[in-house]
Formats: sequence, structure tokens, C-alpha cells
Amino acid sequence: MAKTSVANNVTRSNRKWIIGYSITGFILFITYQFLIPWEGLPLGIYDAVYRWMPPSAINESLVYVIMALGLNIVVGYAGLLDLGYVAFWAIGGYCAGWFMSEFFYFLNINFFGSVPAEAPGIHINFWMVLLLGGFICAFFGVLIGAPTLRLKSDYLALVTLGFGEIIPQVFFNGENFFGFNISNGTKGIVGVDPIPVGVKDLGPFDFGWKLLIFLLLTAIMVFVSLRLRKGRLGRAWLAIREDELAASMMGVPLMRTKLASYAVGAFAGGLGGVAFATHVNGVYAERFNFTISIFLLAMVVLGGMGNVWGVILGAFILSWVNGNGLTAFGQLYNEQFGTEVDFASFTFLLFGLVLILMMLFKREGLLPESRLKLMLHEDELDDEDASTSKKKVGK
Amino acid sequence: MNEGNGVTLAKVVEAKKFSGTPGQIRQQRVERIGAISISALAAVWMLVNLIKAPEQFAQVAISGLRNGLIYALIALGYTLVYGIIELINFAHGDLFMLSAVFSSFFITYWMGADQSNGYGWFAFGLCLIAVMVFGAVINVLIERLAYRRLRHAPRLAPLITAVGMSFLLNFIGLKWNGSTPRQWPTVIPSGDIYIGEIRISMITIWLFLVGFPLLLALNYLVTNTKQGKAMRATSQDRDASTLMGINVNKTIAFTFALGGAMAGAAGLLYQQSIGTTSYNLGFQLGLIAFTSAVLGGIGNLWGAVVGGLLIGLIQGLNDGLPIAFGQAWSQSVVFTILIIILVFKPAGLLGKAVTEKV
Repeated sequence: MAKTSVANNVTRSNRKWIIGYSITGFILFITYQFLIPWEGLPLGIYDAVYRWMPPSAINESLVYVIMALGLNIVVGYAGLLDLGYVAFWAIGGYCAGWFMSEFFYFLNINFFGSVPAEAPGIHINFWMVLLLGGFICAFFGVLIGAPTLRLKSDYLALVTLGFGEIIPQVFFNGENFFGFNISNGTKGIVGVDPIPVGVKDLGPFDFGWKLLIFLLLTAIMVFVSLRLRKGRLGRAWLAIREDELAASMMGVPLMRTKLASYAVGAFAGGLGGVAFATHVNGVYAERFNFTISIFLLAMVVLGGMGNVWGVILGAFILSWVNGNGLTAFGQLYNEQFGTEVDFASFTFLLFGLVLILMMLFKREGLLPESRLKLMLHEDELDDEDASTSKKKVGK
Repeated sequence: MNEGNGVTLAKVVEAKKFSGTPGQIRQQRVERIGAISISALAAVWMLVNLIKAPEQFAQVAISGLRNGLIYALIALGYTLVYGIIELINFAHGDLFMLSAVFSSFFITYWMGADQSNGYGWFAFGLCLIAVMVFGAVINVLIERLAYRRLRHAPRLAPLITAVGMSFLLNFIGLKWNGSTPRQWPTVIPSGDIYIGEIRISMITIWLFLVGFPLLLALNYLVTNTKQGKAMRATSQDRDASTLMGINVNKTIAFTFALGGAMAGAAGLLYQQSIGTTSYNLGFQLGLIAFTSAVLGGIGNLWGAVVGGLLIGLIQGLNDGLPIAFGQAWSQSVVFTILIIILVFKPAGLLGKAVTEKV
């Protein structure tokens, strides 16, 4: 009896968000595909939208959301600090560069690709490259995780950081990697195949239609995150996050569970990498630096570690601020006051302050997850005497 | 626990009895074999290069050791802080960067010294004191404002705060130094002396003359004074030290001050030997220095020094030798060392393995 009611509860709460998500996505799509280019619209609105929230910024934010959700599985669910997540982004991006462009011009492989069959290079269908990139990243995730996951949390963070430095450097110097050109070095791989959707192929400037694709990918990530969290694996992750020792005593296989979180997180990184390569129509080695890893971490922390909706909010806010909001605000401010302040240089200050202030005053993030909130404030309960701690728990 | 290398290593392995559960024994065996084969590979690599180009070898080894001294000074800050509150202070590398910028402004603009003469040496000496105070004050401020409040929080919280601090210091560096690297005049004499065919620059010699006494002074402070004793006690057991009448807050602040002072000195030495500063140099050097601390065994003072010199040596050899990966792969080589060390011997070369008791 009780079991079925719980199961029903789970499915219902897991389905409810789909409606809201679809409506929001649909409104966004209609707005950007039809409403904004419509000529009857007052000119001011068009300008304002393009200044504050152009379609490319929305798409880019969605790519960040995909990756932040992946990082959330590692950091938020399993509680393992990953400071080298950018490596998976890079690998995913280069998967798109290798399998969806004319980079390997001496080969001629076309597997449901969206270009004519006689075009040189490897051209595999976008949807298959997504899977391929995801699995290659997951493989690397397991590869880096397997020998290092028995380390303590901060050592683990360092190993991931090292990995996140090595992989981009491999691509950066990849023009001559033991005699092979694997990445075109600093020149990058320019031009990635359009996305085939049956009726038409989506090139780099089909922002509106690509928005739908990215929304779909994000929805898949949200779905997977929510389902995993409710399931056996997700509960094992939470147990590890809260107390590794207790979890292992209760029979949670530590290594396998942690590796699973790494693999799933890396898979999401691969998805994001492929999606981003189609978004910017190319892969460029200098993009993949340590700042991106921290940027993604800040998204997860700001939004609320472990809470899918919080992470989405955090990713949207930060990627908007970084990509568009700060420059737009800077322009407005400089025009208003006749100054020439370079607002783009304030990103360091902004991210630093976000990380520090969130950790000091609101460790659980903007949209907190209730379990994590309790855990993160354990110290305050320990420190104060029994009467105040009771009050806090009651609140 | 300690290991020699070369011939003694084999004896240690034979004499050492593996203990623990079968799984642990297997793991120890794997670790031992991995460590031996990797050090053997490194030795062969060095030997081949030494035979092929002995002069070049000595040359790059010396310049590598010079960088290694700077890494060692920075690594000390990491190791001190990690030893006492088990925090990887990500902001430490950026503190070093700020110190380098501070010393360039101090010597060139505020003191107006731009060549090596009596006044230049005076400015250098004054700057050494000033920059050490500067580093100490900033580090103590960071500890006071951020880390102290998070001392009982889960480990993730202070670590993320440290990353945030690193960004904040980076921002200050960006505003202070500008977004492009800046060239500065140096006040250390820049001549060369020759020992046979090998050229040693005066800067290297002066660096060691300034740096080594600092290391010795720090070691004396930690091992022979009352304050050092308090530090060691606090790092062993914070609660028990409180009961013994040690002011834990003050001791931790003092540790941060020491680490900051070392980073300050490293900043000055770096600025004087390289002559360029840029706002993002702290990140790379900080990571390399941290790798050194881990290599030597984090929490161990001499481990940090040995690790720093070793990493500097390996990096120098890799960058300058005929049979090596070259400068483009410098970073990857260092981080590969870090990963290998963490996989095979997390306690480092001189560190002691700590087992978690339940």
C-alpha cells in the first residue's frame, strides 16, 4: 500500500515540471523566432532585446545550463569537488570538431551527415555525435576517476584541476601531437556541420530553431538529474555526500558510486561541448581555461548545490551577467554618466565575491535544497548551546 | 616511512614488511612498484641527457633550481596553512602575484631605484621587509575575514571560499598591474660568472643568498620557538591545544602571517629575477608551488623545500634539454607529476601517511 503511494508520488512530482518547462520554452521560442523579427513591433523593444538579451545569449546560457547540471551531479549530488570540468567541455567540443567537420580532410566518411556525401572529412549525424561525445567524455571521466577517487576530497579537487589543465594544453599544442595534428592548435577547427532535424538543417545563425534543440537537451538533463536523484544511485550519492564513512558502512559501494557520478557528470559535459561547438560553429583551444571550470562551479554554488532548479537559475544569471548583462549595463552606465568604466574587467571581482559571500552567508544557494541546507549549517548547530540550536531546527 | 632513492630504495623495499589486509598489501605493493619504475624512468631520462649534453644539463639545472627556490618559498605557505587547518589556500598563489606587483611598484616608483648600486641595494632590503609585512598582513586579513568563520563548516565551503579569494586578489592585481604584462628594471646585478664552461648568472647566486637564510629562519621559528611549538600543537589537535592554554586563533593567524611573508619574499625575488609581472601569474605559479608541496609531503616544511627544488629542476630540465617535451608542455609535465604522486604516494616524499581513525 505505502509503496505504491510513494511510487505514484514520485512519478507525479517528476512529471509536473514538464508542463511548466514546455510552456516557458514555447513562449521563449515564439518570442525569439517570430515576435522579435516581426515588423509591427515598436523599434524600441527590438533594440532593447538585442542589447540586453539577444537570441545567441539565450542559447549560450542553455549550453551553460546543460554543463552546470552535469557538474551539479558531481559536486551537488555526490559532494566531490571537481575543478577541472572544462576538460570534458573541451573533449566534447573536439568530438564535434573531429566528427562533424572537414578537419580530417584526407578521410571521406559520411554517416547520416547533413552535408553532401562527397564532402571531405568525417561527417556523422549531430545526434549520434552527441552520444559519441558524451560516451567519450564518460570514458575519460572514469579514466581520471578510477585511480584518484580514493583520495580525500581536497586532493581529488587537485587531481581534477590538474586534469583540467592538461587536457586543454594537449589541444592547445595539438597541432603537433607526436607528429599528428589532432586539434589544429591555436587556429582551432572552424566550421561545424549544421544540425539536421529532418525538414531542414540548422546552421550557426538559426538561433530560434536551435533554441528548441538546446531546450530539448536541457530538458533531458533535468529529467535525468531528477530521476537519478530519486533512484537508488542518487540516494547513494546523497549518502556519500553527507557521510562517506557511514555510507560505506551501510553497504554503499563507494568507488562504483563515485565513478558513476563522474561518468554521468562527464557525459553531460560532453553533451554541452558538442552543443557549444554547434552554437559557435567551431572549436577554439584558448576558450578552455581554468576560469570556465570556476565559472561553472560558481553557477552551481550560487543557484544551490544539489537542487536542479537552483542550478538552472544560477547558470542563467551568471552566464547572462558574464556574456551580456555586464557589458550592457556598462554601456548604459557609461552613457548615462559620461564615464568610461571598463565593466568587463569586473568579472573577476563579481565571481570572487559571489563565491565568498555565498559561502559565508548563504551556503545553500539561492534556491536551496533542504537536506543540504541542514548539512551545511551543522557547524552552527554544534557551536551554540542546546537551547538556541533547538530554536534553529524549529525554524 | 621516509625513502631514499637510488640504491637505498631497493634495500628499503626488501626490508619493509607489508602489513594490513590483503587489499592493503596489494595496494602497497602496487604503489611501491609504481614509485620505483617512475623514479627509474626519470633517472634514465636524466642520465641520457647528461651524457648527451653535459654543459647544457648543468646550465638548465641551475636555472631550474633558481625557479625551484621561488616555488619552495611559495610552497611553504601552502604547506604551513594545510598543516594547521587542512585547507588548500588557493588564494596563496595570487598573494604571491600581488607581492610581485607590490615590490615592483615599491622599488621602481616609490623608492625610485632602477639600477644596481648602493641605493638599489638599500631599496631592495627595505622592499624585502615591506613586502614580507605586506604579504603577512593580506594573508592574515583573508584568514580573519573569511576562513575563520568557516573553520567548522564542511570542507567544501572553505575550499570554494579560497577559490573566490583567489579571484578577488586576481581582480586587485588586474586593476593594479594592468591587463598586460609589465617590464620592470631590476636592482640585482646582472653579470655572469663562469665555472669552467658553465655560466651562472649573479641573479641566481643572490637569489640563493637571500632565499636560503629565509628558509633557515622559518625552520628555526617553527622548530625552536614557543610560537612554533604552539603551531605544531595546534596542527596536531586543536581542542587539546586550547585546553593547554594555547590561543588557537592567534596561532592560526600567525601561521598565515608566516606563509604570507614567505609568499611576499618569493614575489620580490621573482620580480627581481624575471623582471616582468602580470596579473595572472599567480595562478600558474601557485599551482606549481602547490604541486611542490604535495610532492614533498604536505604539512612538512623541508618537504616543501625539497619538492619545490625538485619541481623546479624537472621543469628546467624539461624546458631546456634536447630530449624532452619542451616548454610548450611544461605545465602538463608538472601536473602529470602531481597526479602520479597523488595516485602512488599521496603522503609525498617526506610526508607521513595518516590513517583515518574512526
